[in-house]
Amino acid sequence: MKQIPAPLLTLTIGVAVTLVSLWVGFNHGLLPEQASAQSVLVDDFFDVMVVIGTALFLVVEGAIVYCTIAFRRREGDDTDGLPIEGNLPLEAFWTAIPAIIVIGLGIYSVQVFQDMGGFTPGDRMPDHGTMIAQSPDASLSGLVPAGAEPELLAKSVYGFGAPLEKEGIAADLEVNVSGMQYAWIFTYPDSGIVDGELHVPVNADVQLNISAQDVIHSFWVPQFRLKQDAIPGKDTELRFVAIKPGTYPVVCAELCGGYHGAMRTQVIVHSPSEYQNWVQSRIAQAEPTTAEAIATNPADLTDTEYLAPYAAEIDFDAQLLAHLAH
Amino acid sequence: MQGAIDSTPDTIAVEEFQPSEHHDFRVLGLITFLCSEFLMFAGFFVLFLVFRAEAAAWPPEETEVELLLPAINTVILVASSFVIHLGDTAVKQGDVKGLRKWYILTVAMGATFLVGQVYEYLTLGYGLTTNLFSNCFYLLTGFHGLHVFIGLLLMLGVLWRSRREGHYGTEHHTGVEMAEIYWHFVDVVWIILFSLIYLLTLI
Amino acid sequence: MAQANITSDMVGQSFPHPDEWKWYHYFTFNIDHKVIGIQYLVTAFFFYLVGGVMALVMRSELATPSADLVDPNFYNAMLTNHGTIMIFFWIVPAAIGGFGNYLVPLMIGARDMAFPKLNALAFWITVPAGLMIIGSLFFGGAQAGWTSYPPLSRITANTAQSMWILAIILVGTSSIMGAVNFLVTIWKMRVPSLKWDQLPLFCWAMVATSILALFSTPVLAAGLTLLLFDINFGTSFFDPDKGGDVVMYQHLFWFYSHPAVYLMILPIFGIMSEVIPVHARKPIFGYKAIAYSSLAICLVGLFVWVHHMFTSGTPPWMRMFFTVSTLIVSVPTGVKIFSWVATLWGGKIRLNSAMLFAIGLLAMFVLGGLSGVTLGTAPVDIHVHDTYYVVAHFHYVLFGGSVFGLYAGLYHWFPKMTGRMMNEPLGKLHFVMTFIGTNLTFLPMHELGLKGMPRRVAMYDPQFQYINIICTIGAFLLGLSVLPFIINAVWSWRNGPKASGNPWNAKTLEWTTASPPIIENWNVLPVVTEGPYEYGHDPAEVSSS
Ligand code: HEA
Ligand code: HEA
Ligand code: CUA
Ligand SMILES: [Cu+2]
Repeated sequence: MKQIPAPLLTLTIGVAVTLVSLWVGFNHGLLPEQASAQSVLVDDFFDVMVVIGTALFLVVEGAIVYCTIAFRRREGDDTDGLPIEGNLPLEAFWTAIPAIIVIGLGIYSVQVFQDMGGFTPGDRMPDHGTMIAQSPDASLSGLVPAGAEPELLAKSVYGFGAPLEKEGIAADLEVNVSGMQYAWIFTYPDSGIVDGELHVPVNADVQLNISAQDVIHSFWVPQFRLKQDAIPGKDTELRFVAIKPGTYPVVCAELCGGYHGAMRTQVIVHSPSEYQNWVQSRIAQAEPTTAEAIATNPADLTDTEYLAPYAAEIDFDAQLLAHLAH
Repeated sequence: MQGAIDSTPDTIAVEEFQPSEHHDFRVLGLITFLCSEFLMFAGFFVLFLVFRAEAAAWPPEETEVELLLPAINTVILVASSFVIHLGDTAVKQGDVKGLRKWYILTVAMGATFLVGQVYEYLTLGYGLTTNLFSNCFYLLTGFHGLHVFIGLLLMLGVLWRSRREGHYGTEHHTGVEMAEIYWHFVDVVWIILFSLIYLLTLI
Repeated sequence: MAQANITSDMVGQSFPHPDEWKWYHYFTFNIDHKVIGIQYLVTAFFFYLVGGVMALVMRSELATPSADLVDPNFYNAMLTNHGTIMIFFWIVPAAIGGFGNYLVPLMIGARDMAFPKLNALAFWITVPAGLMIIGSLFFGGAQAGWTSYPPLSRITANTAQSMWILAIILVGTSSIMGAVNFLVTIWKMRVPSLKWDQLPLFCWAMVATSILALFSTPVLAAGLTLLLFDINFGTSFFDPDKGGDVVMYQHLFWFYSHPAVYLMILPIFGIMSEVIPVHARKPIFGYKAIAYSSLAICLVGLFVWVHHMFTSGTPPWMRMFFTVSTLIVSVPTGVKIFSWVATLWGGKIRLNSAMLFAIGLLAMFVLGGLSGVTLGTAPVDIHVHDTYYVVAHFHYVLFGGSVFGLYAGLYHWFPKMTGRMMNEPLGKLHFVMTFIGTNLTFLPMHELGLKGMPRRVAMYDPQFQYINIICTIGAFLLGLSVLPFIINAVWSWRNGPKASGNPWNAKTLEWTTASPPIIENWNVLPVVTEGPYEYGHDPAEVSSS
């Protein structure tokens, strides 16, 4: 050790830490599959933070471990250490570096947030062309009790709106999502389909208008990296583009009661033709009873009745269902 | 060693130490506490403003507020803040009689305020649970009323103690000062509250 | 140095008391700050065990994907009360009530706190509050999480939820009383020779903590009062059907509860700044920077609360503003971390139990802080909010941070408090078990959250079982790890080797009196002649350890 000059040593350590951090950042494998356009943006950001985090972690932990070993008190040595009380340049350095990193991360956050559509919730073209920052209640909530007459005031909408390049352009598909203890209900205003699972075509710009009937829920698809609370009395939305056909879990992420953990369903991303087939088959099925299908508000069913068809998918046993029927 | 050359306890030299003027701390403590207390009201105020901004009509038609009585009440309460200060000035000049006089007057004014408040409650024609506005109205005024009540108790305490000869004097009047500070606090909170609940309805 | 001998009744306030406290004095309304400190510490530790047992119930349930061990509602009651007890009845009372009360007057050369009776009252109102929390379990227990968001908290387990609210309002009141007391004490009661720049860093930390408590706690009290009215008196502040606003509750709650997390770490940072220089035998590196960074954390910490609400009803500008403010907090925190590492550098580090816990804290808090930074950025938080990634983050900072800090403090000041040394081998065993247990339990949780496991669930997707089992094993190891500590503390308290007044050869004022200190701390008050951390100035000085 003694022979290696200090600058060389620092350089070597620096290079090593950088390489390791970069490797960890891009190979940590901690994130699930990427299935939405948004997930790519989020992951790139996360990976960058993992790189920075790993580097900081290695440096700090390395220093701690080194100190603990190199500067431990030897048997019989009762003297004190060096009386160093501070070092202004050093302190300025380790205040400035984190400050710079943090500002960088802040700017990057805003960037990603904007690309994801974070600045435009509620800002969309309604079908009739005028631009209003208000969600027409009627189309928004096929399931919300009609008693809540449209407010005179513009209501804010929270969540994610059109991504940057699509600002002002209506989504390809709108789905109304309603959360209730303990299920998600998806209504397709265009076709009148009501379902317990979300079906969307791949590469389509989909907008979810999210509402809650009883308590707060949170709509989360880990593979999309998107989450938005469903809040009673507030309108929220999520807009995403699914980029990979497949079946992904929809998870409720906000504590909503005893069976919060069982409030799960699926989002099925179809190829466009498959999606058309699905729509056709659903409409055909529902044809004779469309009115009825819409009239039976799932909220009128007991939870047990409502959940029974999905029991298998969401892995919850009959006993648990029986619990629900209190 | 911070403090001594050796660590043997109790043999450490001492420099001159002014006996602590303990009563000063009580005033300081009260002020610190009131800062904290104020933030509780601030929480309520912010909530009130948010509800106001979100509602279509605020207050809704069935729960309009009265204005005359509360305005009179406000004048009484604000005036009482000046009256109580006279009491404080009196005691600082050693005039305990004056202290008693002004404090009794303040108590009377405070009590009038409370009675007025209760009268208002009884005549409004709506209750705590009528709607969101009435929720806020009763909660805010009630919570403030509770503070007025505590203020009255403090002043009555001062009055009770002032019967003892020499309990309060030019030097010794922390209790009086604390009651006064508290009363000013109650007053300031009321002014904000009055502006929010009553005056804002005029705009 | 003046040599006038001033007896105890000539300086400061004095109160009638026996020559020494007997055990039963610890069960009474005692106004001695040292008694109150120990009352807080012991009570808090009791609650730690209660909260820990709840954690073990949860972890046992989570060993399998289905809800088979306990009823899911009971699981929710466990998680709510686990969080509540750990925060409001363990960390806060132990760090602020316990160490704060015990150490602040001793460190500033005062005979007691500014308001001893208020102090005792503050302790004694936490007792009914704690009993109320435990009592609420007989009514089903509050089940809406420690955050108790309405509407859920409005409609579930009303009696238990109301008891929960009252209990929190009580501890909140106690916390405000304490804050007033600390601020006035540190401001006004310092022995005159103690200058502000010689104030031990623990006291600086207590100043910052108290300011936070003072400004944030009442807002929580406001929010909870409204919730209480909603539940019991028919109001509709948080009833969306009647125009109420559930998101406002979240603002009121987090306006307190984010500062609350700094409330739980700042005193611990203070403990770190005391323990590290003593056992590294070096002056603290960057005294001023550490003192000011506490205040900076306190100020910035008041304006970051919305980072808990990124997925809630939060407008875009708020998400961005609070992303940036949250990120900024890492700068003053980093200053502290780096300064402690620099204090270790070039020291003569005594690796005893206190120091091991302090170094362990340093090692783990960094990870918790870094994950906190990733949470602080809205785009990433959208994905990981309300998942086990968050659970991992806050156990790293709370367990790896606060709990480790409390243990470091306990090992460090145990000789002062009891007059007995603790057993080192048992202490080291305790450290090793706790360190392994913590990482085993909470490290894998990061992956759980990122991969898609939400928090607060009694049943989960079976693909996560493998990792959950590791966490459960770790939790039981943590459960076991308290045994060496309890044995050590109880045994040493009665039979440990006697400790001198200053067994660590430390320089802050509490070490200038006997161990345990006499009732009014000093017969004659000490005079401060040098800073609290001036180690190594006299090369001949011999440290005894
Ligand atoms: C002791 C308690 C404590 C502490 C100290 C912290 C510290 C921090 N916390 Fe944490 N947090 C909690 C306790 C704590 N937290 C709890 C209990 C919750 C969950 C509540 C609930 O929902 O139930 C939570 C949740 C939580 C969230 C919400 C997550 C969510 O629900 O979605 C966020 C988001 O921003 C966050 C961020 C941070 C940040 C940025 C810090 C920072 O202060 C950390 C700063 C430290 C460092 C960064 C490390 C050291 C610094 C360096 C080595 C310098 C260099 C660093 C950089 C340049 C980055 N925390
Ligand atoms: C300082 C705070 C603190 C501490 C120390 C801990 C300690 C632990 N916590 Fe945590 N925890 C929180 C604060 C804390 N926790 C908070 C705030 C939440 C959020 C709650 C919410 O979502 O609302 C939470 C939530 C939480 C969860 C998530 C629950 C969920 O979301 O579903 C889990 C799951 O594993 C968990 C586990 C643990 C474990 C295993 C420990 C272990 O460290 C515990 C170790 C165990 C012991 C110390 C027990 C020792 C006792 C014995 C061996 C028996 C002896 C008994 C007697 C003598 C009576 N905690
Ligand atoms: Cu719905 Cu959790
Ligand atoms: Cu926070």
